[in-house]
Amino acid sequence: MDTLSDLADGVVNGDESKVSALTAQAIDTEGSAKRILDDGLIRGMTIVGERFKAHEIFLPDVLMAAKAMYVGLGLLRPLLIEENVDSLAKVVVGSVQGDLHDIGKNLVGIMLKGAGFEVIDLGNDVSPSRFVEAAKEHDASVIGLSALLTTTMPVMKSVVDEVRSQGLGDRVKTIVGGAPVSEDFARKIGADAYGFDAANAVDKVKTLVGKN
Amino acid sequence: MRPTVRFLSDELLATILGEARTLLSKLGVEIHNEAVLTLLADHGAKIDVENRRVHLKGSLIDQALASVPSSFALYNVLGEQTHDFSGSNIHFTPGSAAINVLDDETSTIRTPDTRDYIRYAQVVSRCEHIASQSTALIPADVHERISDSYRLYLSLLFCEKPVVTGAFTIEAFPIMRDLQLAVRGSRESLAEKPLTIFSCCPSAPLKWSDVTSQNVVDCATMSIPVEFVSMPLAGFVAPVTLVGSLIQHTAETLSGIVISQLTRPGTPILYGGSPAIFDVRYETTPMGAVETMMIDCAYNEIGKHLGIPTQAYISLSDSKQLDAQAGLETSMGATLAALSGINNISGPGMLDFESCQSLEKLVLDHEICGMMLRMVDGIEPRDDVPALPRFEELIADHHLLISEHTRRHLRTEHLFPGPVIDRANRARWQEEGGTSLRQRAHREVERLLGEFEPSRLGVDVKADLTERMTVEARRYGMDSLPRCDA
Repeated sequence: MDTLSDLADGVVNGDESKVSALTAQAIDTEGSAKRILDDGLIRGMTIVGERFKAHEIFLPDVLMAAKAMYVGLGLLRPLLIEENVDSLAKVVVGSVQGDLHDIGKNLVGIMLKGAGFEVIDLGNDVSPSRFVEAAKEHDASVIGLSALLTTTMPVMKSVVDEVRSQGLGDRVKTIVGGAPVSEDFARKIGADAYGFDAANAVDKVKTLVGKN
Repeated sequence: MRPTVRFLSDELLATILGEARTLLSKLGVEIHNEAVLTLLADHGAKIDVENRRVHLKGSLIDQALASVPSSFALYNVLGEQTHDFSGSNIHFTPGSAAINVLDDETSTIRTPDTRDYIRYAQVVSRCEHIASQSTALIPADVHERISDSYRLYLSLLFCEKPVVTGAFTIEAFPIMRDLQLAVRGSRESLAEKPLTIFSCCPSAPLKWSDVTSQNVVDCATMSIPVEFVSMPLAGFVAPVTLVGSLIQHTAETLSGIVISQLTRPGTPILYGGSPAIFDVRYETTPMGAVETMMIDCAYNEIGKHLGIPTQAYISLSDSKQLDAQAGLETSMGATLAALSGINNISGPGMLDFESCQSLEKLVLDHEICGMMLRMVDGIEPRDDVPALPRFEELIADHHLLISEHTRRHLRTEHLFPGPVIDRANRARWQEEGGTSLRQRAHREVERLLGEFEPSRLGVDVKADLTERMTVEARRYGMDSLPRCDA
């Protein structure tokens, strides 16, 4: 097994020390940080995503893999900046105003990072204007909105409307999710996508940014 | 603590036992087998020759009970232990001897053939929560006089698990014995590592036919374990009350124990049964009736009181298809059986008053079996105290998804059922096809069949089995056996 396959394997197994050592080794031998990222770390997370969807592994395994992946990414980041390597895209995520629940949103953030996206996490109880301002400030391609309460779901529509009213609809897409949210609701409020769970949200975001 | 349920008070249990013993002593049991009558007479039982009734004294019953093993084990075709019939251990076995199979493609029943039987054995071989196979179908493409031994032959050929079976005739026993000897190699090895359990059924009320009583004797001679399957029908050929039916069940089972233990003391047995209430509206014997299950659980308590491992036909349904009734009756029975600690729980896959097997139901029931096995493991502390550090971790990290405690205990604390059980959110369920239970069950059957791995039983042993079965088939005019390549 070559170093990058071995690195991917370390990510799959959530082995932080292995990922750390192999990333350091790869930096010395492979030359290209982007290659280490794509063929090692992200490749590992892609395998994890596929196995999770097939019920072969469970959420804790995915999160352990993501944690290991971040260790490698931390070592790689300075080189990625040097090489001007962009993330797949930037995604702003947050739980909408009035909603203090953030576990689902956190899961989506972790999975998005694992898939190679840069995630700007605004936390919970986020107002529509903050979402839009953050998207503009970070030049994000996607805003991910989470809600656990039926009472806060209408705020999602406010965010979608705000994006449109500021003329950002062409370059900033919206995706919604959370226990009470549905495909039908997403369609009604004009959101661009709906993710029924964290793994599905990653797939949908990839589609939104044309990287699927 | 193992979760448990009880239906009988100590006083009522003693009363039922006492009344059953009185029945056996005063009224006696009718036995249509000369050798068995002679055996019992030789041991001092009073025989009413004209009416073939045997009066069993309390001392004879006590003598028989004293030699019954309080536990025994079963072993697969490779000689590996698969069952421990002791204490409150539970094991699941598919319902046996169905005359029909539910064809999922056509939603109709039909008589099963060799191909159906092989598919059944292959599916059971992949069901980890079902410890044994039963001879669940009666193949109709062989002569009826070998339909019992042929089932055992196919089971031994295609699945490694031990077999709950039975002989339909006296003449069938030798070949069924010889098939087992072919697998084990010797009579001593077979006695040391039992491969099968034979179901032996008295006839209600208080009667043993020539065939079934001879089966008891033949099994005891070979030390082959027997499960006694008394079948009082409450309100028809047994008192309508549950206590009355229990008295009858106890008397019939005790009489079987006497025959077995006098033939060969120490023969392993299961204190079993397949009682039912009689539904006087439809003239049927509902296995899914709650009263049927209550009788099962109660006689299990009597068997346990006597220090004998137990069996019941209890996790099955009277529905005609894989529907909500099938699920509720099966799971209600399985739950009560598991909580009662019935050692051999028979029924998975079975529909329609024990007459129809369905592979799709079998894979659903397999999930129920898994849940029951998890349930009886109970609630135990697993690094839970002191609780403070765990909750400090939870408050700090906002979740415990990747906590070391979670990762250590997740797969033992939580059972993850297979794809038959839908736990997806609605959107994911829809995206994955919006399947019905029946569709998922059918898909699972096909998946398990695709994963089937041939039995590791030696090629020479398999050839020996085929040779013996072929010779037996020729006795009944069959030139050859049906093709067995599934």
